[in-house]
Amino acid sequence: MTSLLAVLIDGSIYASWLFLVAAGLTVIYGVMRILNMAHGSFYAIGAYSAASLVGWYFNNGIGPAWISYLLLVGAALVAGLIVGVIVERGLLRLMYGRDEILMVIITYALLLILEDTMKIVWGVSPYFAYQPYTELGRTAFGLLKVSNYDLALVGVSAVLGLGLWAWLERTNQGKVLRAVIHDREIAVAMGVNVRLMFTITFVLGTTLGALAGALTAPAISVVPGIGIEVIVLAFAVVVIGGLGSIGGAAVGALLVGLSRAAAVHYAPEFELFVIYGVMSLVLAFRPEGLFGRTMARKI
Amino acid sequence: MRFDKTEISLALVAIACVLFGFVSPGWLIFLLTIALAKALVVQGVVMQMRSGLVSFGQGLFYCIGGYTVGMGGQFFGIHDAIAALALGMAVAIVVAMILGLLLTRYRDIFFAMLSLAFSMILFGILVKSQGLGSTDGFNVHNWTVFGWAPDTGADSQQTVFTMTVLAGLLIAVLIHRYTKAGIGVICEAVRENEVRVEYLGLSPRWLLYGNYVAAASVSALGGGLTALATGHVDPEMAYWTTSGEFIFIALLGGLGHVAAPFIAAIVFSVVRTYSIEFVPNTWQMILGFTLLGVIVFLPKGLWSLVSREKSGERT
Repeated sequence: MTSLLAVLIDGSIYASWLFLVAAGLTVIYGVMRILNMAHGSFYAIGAYSAASLVGWYFNNGIGPAWISYLLLVGAALVAGLIVGVIVERGLLRLMYGRDEILMVIITYALLLILEDTMKIVWGVSPYFAYQPYTELGRTAFGLLKVSNYDLALVGVSAVLGLGLWAWLERTNQGKVLRAVIHDREIAVAMGVNVRLMFTITFVLGTTLGALAGALTAPAISVVPGIGIEVIVLAFAVVVIGGLGSIGGAAVGALLVGLSRAAAVHYAPEFELFVIYGVMSLVLAFRPEGLFGRTMARKI
Repeated sequence: MRFDKTEISLALVAIACVLFGFVSPGWLIFLLTIALAKALVVQGVVMQMRSGLVSFGQGLFYCIGGYTVGMGGQFFGIHDAIAALALGMAVAIVVAMILGLLLTRYRDIFFAMLSLAFSMILFGILVKSQGLGSTDGFNVHNWTVFGWAPDTGADSQQTVFTMTVLAGLLIAVLIHRYTKAGIGVICEAVRENEVRVEYLGLSPRWLLYGNYVAAASVSALGGGLTALATGHVDPEMAYWTTSGEFIFIALLGGLGHVAAPFIAAIVFSVVRTYSIEFVPNTWQMILGFTLLGVIVFLPKGLWSLVSREKSGERT
């Protein structure tokens, strides 16, 4: 019984983390049709900014601990905004209109560039910002002690998901964005500034990625290469859910999170296998993902 | 059997390479061996690119080739290098025949992602396999060629080099003939317009299936040769960044000619060796900018620099 509870708790924590990472990826794909390989690097940049800022804050012992949470989020927002605008205006804008698969390779090049940029800016030694994590303490569920920070992550992820959904479905801007998703050319003809929407979407996506990194930073040691591990997980999640669908990303995250937690507890040797196993299984039966739309072939 | 100009030049270059191997220093031989073996894996990527599919998981077959050669010697008593290489290709073919049934239903990014997922599955299995050394992998040694056991060190390096050059020549000639033959031409037609190929009464799916399996076997051969040359295999061979490297080399060379991947792989290895030595922390950045440069300025790869001189020829 305890292990089942552990699977559920671990699974939902892992799922909410996955959703945080995958949300930006799926938003960018949905609007811009760019499968962004560099998303993991945005995650890593967020983690580095947050870890160095929070680490600096605590090393100098300036003030109360709650400010560090604001710093986490603030670091992510600033980093995501800056990197997002630079990348969209400086690189992607020049590349629009190319094949989807070529865009994957272009963002792969971007990933390589960003990985080394991070090494130049932050060096190769690990960064720690564990204080926000330990500060919140733990809650006991029977025999299990779960970190409150992780539980808060579940809440943050749910709020973020609902916020994204509300933005897309309930606001005017969201409606315009959906029009762009549906048919870019007609949207342009109707007077929508698609380029601006692209910039907004991309910056939103990078900020979400950076935020995911910043929120994860207190729970891990921030080292080079974390982005490269994360990106393939995020791919698995969004591909399972259906590329471009936020609800799909949530379901994909739950599916992957719970099955990985189950694997860790019952059959640890299948931990990594199970994630891509689920992905292959879903794709075998629903090539467009669980929530993806089937596209008609164009001649 | 008649040989055309390309095949004769390939053969001459191969002979020159083998002879060069006897006089050149060990480090250069090693570098060339790895480059040529990788080029074989890249040939697999290029074969699929010709038909419009970009595999982000060719590391799967690279890894299968390497591990089969290693495990053959370690656990099954197959010490003959050529038999082990052939076994690696056979295993890759069987795996590709199964995965291909699923993969050929996908195009574009879905193909890329699913092929990536399959290679990550293998990575996940290998990382958790204690018997196979987990993340460390294991060493590949004590192999023979037709019963002859080369001494470790320079002698075996020489032997692997010669084998790699000869395998490269054989595969290059086969691929050259394949792309000129009907099926190879139709593969390019599938890239241009799949539906029209269907209207011609052909099945793009089975064409792509055959192409996928063939590409898998070529890549596995490259993996096996790499294992023999480095004397080591580890799960990193199946990690997706390894496959990314193969795509890089493929785009660098371009699809214009069967020799392009070999040239690109050698350029890649030389640049890589020196950048890791002199600028270890900006090596990937150089790669990234080069990749962007190739996409923007040399969309047909390095080979277009060579072929541009012959104006009037079909590129």
